[in-house]
Amino acid sequence: MAGLLAACGSSNDNPSASRGSTSESTTAALPAATLNGSGSTFQQPFDEQVIASFQQKHPGVVINYGGGGSGKGRTDLQGGIVDFAGTDATVSAAEAPKYKGPYLYFPTVAAPITVSYHLSGVEGLQLSAPTIAKIFERQIKTWNASEIAADNPGVKLPSTAITVAHRSDSSGTTSNFTTFLKMAAPGDWTLDAGSTVNWPADEQAGNGNSGVAQIISGTNGAIGYVDFSDAKAANLTWARIKNKAGKYVDATLDGASAALAGVTVNPDLTYNPLWADGDTAYPITSPTWILAYQNQTDHAKGTDLKAFLQYIYSDGQGMAAGANYAQLSDALRQQSLAQVDKLVIPA
Amino acid sequence: MIAPPSTTRPPETGAAATNGKGPLHGGSRLADQTFRWVCLASGCLVLVVLGLILFSTSQQAMPAFRAEGLSFITSKNWDPASGHFGALAFIYGTLLVSAIALIIAVPISIGLALFIAELAPPRLRVPVTYVIDLLAAIPSVVYGLWGILVFGRQIGRLYVDIGGWFHGIPILGTLTGDANNLGRTFMTAGIILAIMITPIVTSISREVFATVPRDQKEAAWGLGATRWEMIRGAVFPYSRTGLVGAVMLGLGRAMGETIAVALVIGSSATISAHLFGPGDAMASVIANQFGEATGTFRAALIGLGVVLFIMTVLVNLLARKITGRADRRLAGGKR
Repeated sequence: MAGLLAACGSSNDNPSASRGSTSESTTAALPAATLNGSGSTFQQPFDEQVIASFQQKHPGVVINYGGGGSGKGRTDLQGGIVDFAGTDATVSAAEAPKYKGPYLYFPTVAAPITVSYHLSGVEGLQLSAPTIAKIFERQIKTWNASEIAADNPGVKLPSTAITVAHRSDSSGTTSNFTTFLKMAAPGDWTLDAGSTVNWPADEQAGNGNSGVAQIISGTNGAIGYVDFSDAKAANLTWARIKNKAGKYVDATLDGASAALAGVTVNPDLTYNPLWADGDTAYPITSPTWILAYQNQTDHAKGTDLKAFLQYIYSDGQGMAAGANYAQLSDALRQQSLAQVDKLVIPA
Repeated sequence: MIAPPSTTRPPETGAAATNGKGPLHGGSRLADQTFRWVCLASGCLVLVVLGLILFSTSQQAMPAFRAEGLSFITSKNWDPASGHFGALAFIYGTLLVSAIALIIAVPISIGLALFIAELAPPRLRVPVTYVIDLLAAIPSVVYGLWGILVFGRQIGRLYVDIGGWFHGIPILGTLTGDANNLGRTFMTAGIILAIMITPIVTSISREVFATVPRDQKEAAWGLGATRWEMIRGAVFPYSRTGLVGAVMLGLGRAMGETIAVALVIGSSATISAHLFGPGDAMASVIANQFGEATGTFRAALIGLGVVLFIMTVLVNLLARKITGRADRRLAGGKR
C-alpha cells in the first residue's frame, strides 16, 4: 500500500510540484537538515507516507519518525531529544511546565475507533454507549442480554458468552475509547479514562491493535475496540454506534469527518471529536496532533519543519483516505496553516 | 562499559611478559602489579555501574515513591487513570511465574544435563548439546508470539478441561478454576519461561557435572554403587554449589524476561491463586505501559524497575547463603 502510494507520488511529481509552487512558497530548495520525531503510533502510518513523499520532493531533508507512543513523544520533546512529537492527547496541566518554551498543536488527521465483534450469525449489530460500558465492565456477560436486545430490535441474538478484548499495552486508543465512554455513559462507566485503565480480570488482553484484532477474529463471541485501519486490515466486523443525536452510525471516514465538522476548536487548535454533535457524526473519533516548539532554535531545521507541516496541510491531506484516515475539515485546515505561520525561525 | 580497561591494558602486560626470560618468569613486578590493578578496576567497574543504575533509576522513580510511600509495594491497586500505583500484584506475578518456570525447568534441565554428562552414548552427546544451545539462541519475542498464536490457544482448551475436572475440589479447584480459554495466563507464561531457561540451566549444569573428578566417581563404582547411587553419592554433592548457581541464572532470566511474558501473561493487575487466570509481571508492565506514560506514571514504572532490581539482588544473596550453608554442612560431614 505504501509502496503503491509512493509510486504514485513519483509518477505525478511534476504536476504536484507546480501545484505546490502556487499554493506554498516551497519551490526554493530547502536547507539540508535531519528532523527527528517520535510519539503516537496511531498517526505513524500516515506520517510515514507523507514523509516518504516529502523527502522525494526535497532530497536534502531527512525526517525520522520513531513512534513509541504519545507519552514517549511528549517526554522526548520536553527533553529536546526530538524536533517534533506526535500525540493523541493534549498536554496536561501538570506536564506543561516541563516544556522548554511555548509549544504549538498541529492537528493532522483523525480516524474512527471501531467496536469490532465476532458473533456468528449476527450482522449489523448496533450498540449504544451505556451498553458498551456494561459489556466492557463485565456487567453484561452474554450476547442475548436485554440491553443488547434493546439496541437491536428484531435481531435474534444467541446466548453465546461475551469475551471482552482490550489492549495490554498502554495506548492513545484506549484513552480515547474510555474517554468516549466516560462522556457518553457517565452513569455506567466507572473505570475512568486513561491510556491504561483497571480492567476487570476476566477479560482478554492483546498487544497493539493487531493483538486485539487477533483475539476477536479467533474467538466467537468476542468484542473489542480496534483502530479503523487495523480493523479493516484484519477483516473484522464492527458495530454501528449510537451517536449524541441518537442515530446509529457506521464507523467510516465520512462519519469521522462529520464528527470533525461539528466540533468546537479551541484557539490553540486542540479539540475533542469524541461524542460530537451531528446526525452523521461517528461518536468514537480519535484526534491526533503534531506538537512542536513555537520558537525554533535552528534555522535549517525550523525552515524544514515549517515546509513539512505546510506539506501535511496541502498534498498530505490527499493521502489521508488512502491510509484509512479522515482528513481535516477545510476550516480546520486553514486554521492549522495559520498556526504554522506562528513558528518563529531564527535567521 | 567494562571492556575498555581489559582490552587496552593487556598489551602492556604482554610486552612485559616477553621482556622476561620465559612465559613463567615473565612476571616482573610491574606486570604483576598492572595485572592486579586491571582486575581490581574491572571488578570495581561492575559495582560502579550497578550503583549508578540503582542511583539514577531510584532518583527518577522518586516522585512515585514519594506519592505512594510504602503502599507502592503493599497495595495491589494499579490504576494509572486515577493516579494509584500499587505494584503488589506485579511483584506477586513475577514471583509466581518464575516459581512455575523453575519447578518445571529445573528437574528437566538437571536430568538433561545428567543424560549428556553421564548416560548418553558419545555420538548422541554432540547433537543433543547442539539442539539445546540452539534453543537458547531463539529470540524471546519468537517464544512470545508462538505462545499466543499457537501454544496458548491449544493449551487454553486443556485449561478449560482441567478446570472442569477439578471443579469443586478444595485446593485444586481454586488453582485451576475460571480458566482463560485463550491461554493467556500465569501458567502459560511459566511454561514459556521454563522452555526459555532450560537451555541455560542445562548447559551450566552440564559443565558443572563435567568437573566432578573421575576418581570420585570411580571410587563410587568401586564400592559397588549403581549408576544412580554413584550420581547421588559422588556427582551431586560435588556439584551442588554449581547447580544452585545454574538455577539462579535461570531464575534471573525468568524474573527479568519481558516480551515473551508480556505477550502471554494476560496483562491484568490481579492477585489470585488461579494459575489458569490472567495476571501480570513487573518487567512486562514496564514494557507494555512505558510508551504512553508521563509524570508520576512514568516514575512508577521506573520504580517497578528498581523493585525488580532489588528483588533480583535479594534472591541471589539468599541463594548464596543457602549454598554456603549446605557446603559447610557437607564439609563438616566429611570430617
